[in-house]
Amino acid sequence: MMSNPVLSIRNLRIALPEGADREFAVDDVSYDLNKGEILCIVGESGSGKSMSANAMMGLLPDLVRPVGGEIMFDGIDLLTLSENQLMDLRGRRIAMIFQEPMSALNPLMRIEDQIAEVFEAHNLLSPKERSARALELLKEVGIPDPEKAMRAYPFQLSGGQRQRVMIAMALALEPEILIADEPTTALDVTTQAQILELIRELQKKHGMAVMFITHDFGVVAEIADRVAVMQYGRIVEAGTADEVLDNPSHDYTKKLIAAIPTLATDQAVAGIDKAPVLEVEGLCKTYVTGGGFLGRNPRVVKAVQNVSFTLAEGETLGIVGESGSGKSSVGRCLVRLMEPDEGMVRLGGHDMAKLKGEALREARKSIQMIFQDPYASLNPRSKIGRIIAEGPMAHGVSKGEAYANAERLLELVGLDASAIDRYPHEFSGGQRQRIGIARALALEPRVIIADEAVSALDVSIQAQVLDLLAELKERLNLALIFITHDLRVAAQICDRIAVMQKGEVVELGPAYDIFNNPKSGYTRSLIEAIPGREKDLAAVTVG
Amino acid sequence: MKDFWKRYSRNRGAVIGLVILAIVVVVAILAPLVFPQSPWRMVQRPFLPPLSMDQYPLGTDALGRDVMAGLAYGAQVSLLVGLVSTVAALLIGIPIGALAGYFGGWADDALMRFTEFFQTVPSFALAIVLVAIFQPSIYSIIAAIAIVSWPPVARLVRGEVLSLRSREYVEAAILSGQKSGTIIMRQVLPNTISPIIVLASLMVATAILLESSLSFLGLGDPNMMSWGYMIGAARTVIRQAWWLSFFPGVAILLTVLALNLIGEGLNDALNPRLARKGK
Repeated sequence: MMSNPVLSIRNLRIALPEGADREFAVDDVSYDLNKGEILCIVGESGSGKSMSANAMMGLLPDLVRPVGGEIMFDGIDLLTLSENQLMDLRGRRIAMIFQEPMSALNPLMRIEDQIAEVFEAHNLLSPKERSARALELLKEVGIPDPEKAMRAYPFQLSGGQRQRVMIAMALALEPEILIADEPTTALDVTTQAQILELIRELQKKHGMAVMFITHDFGVVAEIADRVAVMQYGRIVEAGTADEVLDNPSHDYTKKLIAAIPTLATDQAVAGIDKAPVLEVEGLCKTYVTGGGFLGRNPRVVKAVQNVSFTLAEGETLGIVGESGSGKSSVGRCLVRLMEPDEGMVRLGGHDMAKLKGEALREARKSIQMIFQDPYASLNPRSKIGRIIAEGPMAHGVSKGEAYANAERLLELVGLDASAIDRYPHEFSGGQRQRIGIARALALEPRVIIADEAVSALDVSIQAQVLDLLAELKERLNLALIFITHDLRVAAQICDRIAVMQKGEVVELGPAYDIFNNPKSGYTRSLIEAIPGREKDLAAVTVG
Repeated sequence: MKDFWKRYSRNRGAVIGLVILAIVVVVAILAPLVFPQSPWRMVQRPFLPPLSMDQYPLGTDALGRDVMAGLAYGAQVSLLVGLVSTVAALLIGIPIGALAGYFGGWADDALMRFTEFFQTVPSFALAIVLVAIFQPSIYSIIAAIAIVSWPPVARLVRGEVLSLRSREYVEAAILSGQKSGTIIMRQVLPNTISPIIVLASLMVATAILLESSLSFLGLGDPNMMSWGYMIGAARTVIRQAWWLSFFPGVAILLTVLALNLIGEGLNDALNPRLARKGK
């Protein structure tokens, strides 16, 4: 293959501090980045996929340092450059965009000044030219109303707009290389699709080389020319996007691709003829914030508007929507972690929305929740046994019985019973999520609400946890409400799906119908935005 | 625990602080054995300069009392007042902060206004008034110091609790039917321990300073020899007999410095992620 590498990494090796789980963050990695191509570096968390880019930019954490190899850019080894020499390269010839645009932008600076600062840092242009160029850039990245955006502060822009600003800043000095580190991970699926398209378009127009770091094979399918798959700090497979996605040769790649939830849904719907365990009618929740000193112009957010649905025994209902759609608020209103303003939640003969004190405490036994963040959902100072047994003990079960039950539950969710005497920090994200599930099951609930329960997990772990949930649901005859932003996950696990937008349910129906015959325009746009949809990733089988 | 010591000892100042504090503690414990006689007893002629008699290496004061014995007994008072008043301040501050942070709403408002009431009064003036009203004694001094130093504890705990109560594990505990008291005691407070320990070590230092200041003004316990009293008594003769105020002053300085160093070391050891940066 005729190639024209702008950047070539040879035998790069980056050491981790002592006591880390492996010796090298990046171990003997070599790859080229060619002019005018998009190279995707894919891997799960901890695979070292961001490390080589960070080494290139001199952004490695203090105790992590490169110990071997070279990063050749325009005939110079970047690893040998001093901080000052690197500073000159950064931004001007190699630019970077990050995952969380809110934390990458200065919250106290107007957008115009932030972009102008890029020129200022390199002593280019006069102040007037800088501001003209900033406007030009904002137009180029497609921000609506660029004149107004110039004067705006970051918090006044949406996530997608902030990411566009970041891209504008990165493009400001016409770099030869753009490094994008998970730039769309924090964005909603429709915004993600737009940003991916923008990056692709700008890359073509400017002939840049783009290094795109991601964990999401869907995104890879959308954007990549070439792909390098990383595991434990090594590149296990590299090749063109078509080769890697359609015909992966390494077992790990095959496993990763197979773990991606497919969009194929079953036409058969479980539980539709069974009696409902949970009926929700006319649920409403409105937030009123701000309003200033005299209470003028309060900000009113209708988080949940007139939401009604039923949940049958053994059924999984998905609630999907983008951020701010009110999907989590619905879940929290159901268990009264948030007080609904209006509406009825009928569960086991009670109206959950009206209960108070002791009666509420009792009723909550039959509706439990699994949380999103496996790191924040377990008390770091409690042992696992205690975490699981606490609930039953609060309801009067004896300590011995509660702990014996906790051991049984740990085995049920696929962990060793000895985990009972260990602390949460000794477990990985996936294992913690299993502990969270065991805790939810400890009170023998009839309904479980899983609020983005697999969103924080790597795709292979995600698949395992989803399988576990499906299996437990079957065995214990649970009804599940699965709240997620990820339509692939919803397609895999849900019997019926409710699509939410701006606090309202815009469509509710069997999963098969939602995906194959969406009635609402919003649902259709969501489905069209799923990355990698055209390339049916599911077609690949594990050999 | 081993890990904790490893991180703690990485801060050299903290280790030095711990050594100084250990010496002060040993001196306080051994004082009655080394100096069996009361530190108030006249033992030699007044104004004996340091190193002029082997038996009284730090000299004697205006009434012929042994300065060294005074320092040793003063260590007892300082440590006792520092520790007990800090514990008392924690016992007031932690519950108030925890209740305000956890329940929010009007409980928070009421408790915080109450806290502010104490914060707006200059703490030293309040301490003087309290000691003067209750008659100077070791108990009234400890009580006065505790009463003026709990507000920062309440504020700290409230802030920590506010951020912890929205954590998912606290929500999980609510859902699993645990009562508020259990949740505060088991889920929330254990996670506020590290900043409380750091603050407490610094509060001991402040309490020692407050006690010394009160004694300096003559509001100390009249039956107990303390460093502040020694400096206060010596201030009129500071030009003739510098050693009378110098040695107790150094004792206060070293003890307070040691506690501050320890506080910093604890902070590094308990928040390893913050500590590692910039080194």
